[in-house]
Amino acid sequence: MSEFTISRRGLLSGSALLLASTALPTIGRAQTPKKGGRLIVAADSEPRDLNPAIVASNGVFFISSKIVETLAEASFDGKDGLDPRLALSWEGAADGLSVTFKLRDGVKWHDGKPFTAADVAFSALQIWKPLQNLGRTVFKDLSTVDTPDDLTAIFKFAKPTPFQLIRNALPALSSVVPKHVYENGKIEDNPANNAPVGTGPFKFAEYKAGQYYRLARNDDYWSKDEPYLDEIVYQVLPDRTSAAAALEAEEIQLAAFSAVPLADLDRISKVPGLKVVTKGYEGLTYQLVVEINHRRKELADLKVRQAIAHAIDKDFVVKTIFLGYAATATGPVPKNDPQFYTADVPAYPFDVAKANELLDEAGYKRADDGKRFSLRLLPAPYFNETKQFGDYLRQALAAIGIDAKIVNNDSAAHIKAVYTDHAFDLAVGPPVFRGDPAISTTILVQSGIPDGVPFSNQGGYKNAELDALIAKASETLDTAARTELYREFQKKVAADLPLINVAEWSFISVARDTVGNIANNPRWAVSNWADTYLES
Amino acid sequence: MTRALTLLRRRLVGSIFVLLIVVIGSFLLLEAAPGDAVDAYIVATGGDPGMIELLRHRWGLDQSELTRLANYLWALLHLDLGQSVAFSRPIREIILERLPTTLILMGSATALSFGLGSALGIYAGARPGSFRDRSLSIGSLALYAVPGFWLGLVLIVVFAVDLRWLPIGGIETIASAKTGLARAADIATHLVLPVSALGFIYLALYLRIMRAGMAEAWRQDFVLAARARGLRRRRIVLAHVARNALLPLVTMLGLQSAQMLGGSVVIESVFAVPGLGRLAQEAVAGRDTPLLLGIILVSAVLVIVINLLVDLAYAFLDPRVGASEAGA
Repeated sequence: MSEFTISRRGLLSGSALLLASTALPTIGRAQTPKKGGRLIVAADSEPRDLNPAIVASNGVFFISSKIVETLAEASFDGKDGLDPRLALSWEGAADGLSVTFKLRDGVKWHDGKPFTAADVAFSALQIWKPLQNLGRTVFKDLSTVDTPDDLTAIFKFAKPTPFQLIRNALPALSSVVPKHVYENGKIEDNPANNAPVGTGPFKFAEYKAGQYYRLARNDDYWSKDEPYLDEIVYQVLPDRTSAAAALEAEEIQLAAFSAVPLADLDRISKVPGLKVVTKGYEGLTYQLVVEINHRRKELADLKVRQAIAHAIDKDFVVKTIFLGYAATATGPVPKNDPQFYTADVPAYPFDVAKANELLDEAGYKRADDGKRFSLRLLPAPYFNETKQFGDYLRQALAAIGIDAKIVNNDSAAHIKAVYTDHAFDLAVGPPVFRGDPAISTTILVQSGIPDGVPFSNQGGYKNAELDALIAKASETLDTAARTELYREFQKKVAADLPLINVAEWSFISVARDTVGNIANNPRWAVSNWADTYLES
Repeated sequence: MTRALTLLRRRLVGSIFVLLIVVIGSFLLLEAAPGDAVDAYIVATGGDPGMIELLRHRWGLDQSELTRLANYLWALLHLDLGQSVAFSRPIREIILERLPTTLILMGSATALSFGLGSALGIYAGARPGSFRDRSLSIGSLALYAVPGFWLGLVLIVVFAVDLRWLPIGGIETIASAKTGLARAADIATHLVLPVSALGFIYLALYLRIMRAGMAEAWRQDFVLAARARGLRRRRIVLAHVARNALLPLVTMLGLQSAQMLGGSVVIESVFAVPGLGRLAQEAVAGRDTPLLLGIILVSAVLVIVINLLVDLAYAFLDPRVGASEAGA
């Protein structure tokens, strides 16, 4: 699982979305939660660092979100899509210069010390702003955090910062760690980064490299009676086929983050005692995108980009590559985003004849061998689906006379080739939508980003009008006006095609029927699992 | 015993050069791979230019290749394997944690393939050309042709998923707090499948070499002499024919040890065994140069030691070996 997101996303929009689940009926089943038991979960990687305040990524959250809590969590039905965690309420000032958090009373750290506003201030100023991969952007203008009393934290910003952005950032960016553990010595070298201390429902108990992580019940958790589970054990299973086998053999009870490959789901869903769950990842949407190097003169031509967009059969991609577990994309914001998405954008229906026409118009006639020009195509290796789409795209391009040569790399080499060396013409990337275009999406389009920044516009695309729109939206405080600007942004991107959005997908869990209360929020796999339980 | 000591001394001097070449060669190879540890890391996190620069600086990747190689070699001279970039822990610690697992896995797999392979080889070679010889040869070849990961997966599906006789993977029951004999039994149960997957593939080699050697030996004069003396067939097979065919097998054992290490990369991943092979794979994916160098170095030492033992065994088994060097 690479990448992550911070979004909350409401229920699926009515469009013919992914998630035509086979297992939804089993989720809603009413059951009184049982206490006790050990939940064994498949983990496909061992993160270098377990401190979610420094590394806001799904790989880290998967384990540490049970130990270290954020100020708020994403929710299907809470106000603004949020549920309170360490903060009970949040309020932004009209001038965009401050946000006030009221904190939960009676919360204790795992070492017994009380949780106070000082911990929030410390985490925000000493970790999120200077060190966190995403916080460095969102909290860049945070200047001080006032703590008039132990349960109030007032974030003060040097420049107006949209409250909507801060709110959308809370579920992923606001992990609070204890000041008393981190205040001495270098934060990056603190041993607690590998054995986190938090306020969450579970305490970090044990880590055996290459084998497992064990979390144990926090008996002093602020929510009475929770958590239900005694232990969560993450068993490290690096081979993708082994997670499915381990579920069948009842050695593990849950494989999240699509640890079971799509191709196995059909078979697995028929195994008695196992359920396939497509809910619970609405806040973690990945976008299948064709990244374009505009330095290539052919690709700098809008007609060529439009031709490529028309050459891609998005329905085929969703059906054949994602086996239906995805949705077609219309633009840079995914359909299942409740705040910003607009369908009112230029569309590029699958039309090979029109694509050929556009290329002819652009002056790239077919040579005697039927080819117009050739280019390098670099599919990102992080997902099976990005690689498979690379193969599909090569064929789709061949149909319109573009000869694409696939260049396969491993992750590190792909990142370097595309984002530092720009040694690509087309690339297939899976950027994440993080619930707010300002965090994740505008960077894919905006110009002036230094070389080497991953998942950003490294294709040399420059559009002054779009740049101005992005800048304006980043300072617009009014939620409605800001939302409107991002709708405008989607239209312009779909019209000018700095990149081509093909599909949107998310993850899938497979669990034993005995695991209860799963997928009950839009970031379930990376939430705290306080209410998860095991039936006998 | 002087023969052995001379051999040992010569090998040690030679080994140091071998190790140096291995370390420098691997370093250059890994440097030539596109992308560095920071590139591999930000795949999962993303990040802005300031953060990326900070990481390169903290992990020492902003220094030139030559400086890093020199620093590494200098530390190595002090027997310091350095700090892993991807795990942010001392490499010595990480390797020591994984080494026993790989040694047990390799050792058991080698014992299985060598023991069973040579036993079956003797069985087949006792009557070259017979039906049992033919069927064993074909059967073992078929096993040899099977890819290791596939054999592993088949074993998992049959014995762990369908029959549920054995655990699916790992080295022991996770978080079970077992100790002593119970733990040893637990580890042994977990090792059955990976050891079989790794061992059965190499079994064919030993079987075939043993068989071929014996078929050859049957034609030798000393066998005729033994027969003429009226020795029992069983004694001829074991003490005369098989013993003479054993030498190339021992040579193979040395060569195989390196291949076993390679095979364990795949098998350890399939069975989620926390060993060196899997670690090596993670080190390459994470562009963790110092860790990979540490693993390669330890593996090289391991292979050298095994080959040294093989040579010593050779000297013991065959009095002709090293005899000319005795006075040197």
